[in-house]
Amino acid sequence: MNFVGATGRAVLAGLAGTGSIVLFGASGLSHLLRPPFYGRLFWRSFVDFAYFSLPVVALTAVFSGMVIALQSYTGFSRYGATSAIANIVLISVVRELAPVLAGLMVAGRMGAAMAAELGTMRVTDQIDALRTLGTDPMKYLVAPRLLAGLLALPLLVLVADVLGVAGGFLIATAKLGFNPGTYLTNTVNFLAVSDVSLSLAKAAVFGLIVSLMGCYHGYTSRGGAQGVGAATTSAVVSASILILAFDYVLTELFFSR
Amino acid sequence: MSGAQASAEVPKIRIRGLHKSFGDKVVLDGIDLDVAAGTSTVVIGGSGSGKSVLLKCILGLVEPDAGTIEIDGQDLARLGHRARETVRAQIGMLFQNAALFDSLPVWENVAFGLLAQGRTTRAQARVRAGELLAQVGLDPSVGELSPAELSGGMQKRVGLARAIAAGGRILFFDEPTTGLDPIMGAVIDGLIVDCVRRLGSTAVAITHDMASAVRIGDQAAMLFRGRLVWQGAASHLLDSGNALVDQFTHGRREGPIQMELRK
Repeated sequence: MNFVGATGRAVLAGLAGTGSIVLFGASGLSHLLRPPFYGRLFWRSFVDFAYFSLPVVALTAVFSGMVIALQSYTGFSRYGATSAIANIVLISVVRELAPVLAGLMVAGRMGAAMAAELGTMRVTDQIDALRTLGTDPMKYLVAPRLLAGLLALPLLVLVADVLGVAGGFLIATAKLGFNPGTYLTNTVNFLAVSDVSLSLAKAAVFGLIVSLMGCYHGYTSRGGAQGVGAATTSAVVSASILILAFDYVLTELFFSR
Repeated sequence: MSGAQASAEVPKIRIRGLHKSFGDKVVLDGIDLDVAAGTSTVVIGGSGSGKSVLLKCILGLVEPDAGTIEIDGQDLARLGHRARETVRAQIGMLFQNAALFDSLPVWENVAFGLLAQGRTTRAQARVRAGELLAQVGLDPSVGELSPAELSGGMQKRVGLARAIAAGGRILFFDEPTTGLDPIMGAVIDGLIVDCVRRLGSTAVAITHDMASAVRIGDQAAMLFRGRLVWQGAASHLLDSGNALVDQFTHGRREGPIQMELRK
C-alpha cells in the first residue's frame, strides 16, 4: 500500500514538475514578444554561449570525427566497404554527434553556469531586488538566456559539423591512406541540405533545453549554497537526459524514413 | 473636514487583517498596522516571527492569503497590475545583505531603477548615481567598482543609495545593521535617519538590533508568532511594560518567549 502511495506521489510530483517547467518556459518565451527588450543582456548571454563555448565544442567535434573515421575503417575493412567511410563520418557527425555532443558539452558548461548564477541571485535576494526596482525577473534574466540558447547552439553545431568532418578527413587521409580528392568528393556528393538543416533544428531545440533547465533550476533554487549546488546538478542532469530523449524523438520524426 | 486634513489622517501605509501561511505554518496571523506619513516604524521580533514576510507582502514579493494593504488609501489588491506597480515603484528597499547585482558596476546598481523605468539616459543615470553615492557618504568614484570589491558597510551604503534613487517616498529596511560592527552599524543608522528626514520619507525597518531600533524608529511594534503583540513609541522599547517586549529587548533567557518555545 505504501509502495502504491509512494509511486503515486512520485508520479504526481513528476507531472507537477513538468507542468511547472513548461509554464516557466512559456512565460519566459512570451516575454520575447513584449517590450522592453534587453538587447545587451541577450548579447552577453549569446557571447557566453556561442563564443566562449566554441573551444570545448570544437575539440569535441574534431576528436569525434577522428574516432568515427578510425572505428568505421576497422569495421568496414572486413567487408571491403572502406569507400563508405566518408559517408559514414558525414552522416554520423552531421545527424547525431555534432548536435548531441555540442548540446551535452554546452549543458555542462552553460546550463551549470546559468543555474549557479540565477540560484545565487535567488538566495542573495537579488531576484527580489529586481522586482522592487520595477523589473520583471522573467523578462530581465530568463528571456534573454532562452533566446541566446535557441540561437547560439545552431551556430556552434554548424562549426562542429565542419570540424567533425574535417577530423574524419584528417585521419582518413593522413593515417588510413585515403586520397584527399576522392574523400572530399564523396563527402560533398553525400552531403544533403536536409541533413544539415535538421541538424541545426535539433541544435536549436537542445539550446533551448539547456537554457530552460539552467534558468528554471537556478530561478527556483532554495536554501543557500547547498540549494545552489543542487540546482546546478539538476540543471546539467535534466538537460542532458532531455537532450538524449529529444534526440530520439526528433530523429524518429525527421530521419527514420 | 478639509481635503488636506483628511489626507493627513490617512496613514501612508495601512494594513488590516493580514494573514499568510506556508503550508501548515502560520507566519502572519491577522496583522493590523498603521504607518503615518513621514514617520519611521521599527518592527522587532525573533527569527521566524514573520518580519521579513510582512515586508515582502507589502512589496508584492509574497501574496497574502487574506487581509488588505493600503498605500495612500489605495487597496493594492483592488488596483490593476500597472497601477499597483506604479504605487510600489515609490518604495525603496534596503535588503539585509544589500542584494547588489554582482554583474553590474556600483553606479549601475544605484541607477538600476531609473534605467529600468526609462526615466533617464545612461549618461544622466551615471551622474545621478554619483550624486546618490555622495549622499550616503561614498566617493562617486566608487561607482566604477564592482560590488564584490566593497566592504559590507560600503555595500549597505550602496544599497541605501539604490533605495533612495526612486525618490524615497517610502523606504523599507530589512535588518540594516546585520553583519556590521557596532560603529558601522551606527553610521548606517545615522545615514538612514538623515535620508528619511531629508526626503520626508515614510520608513519601515525590521531589526533584531535594539540600539538600531531606538535610533531609527519613531514608532515600534513587536511581532511574535505572527501577531503584533505590542505597538508604541520606539523610545519606550526598553521600558514597554510588556513582558514579551521586555524579554526580547533585554535579551533575557528566562521569560514568556522561552516558555512558549519549551511547550
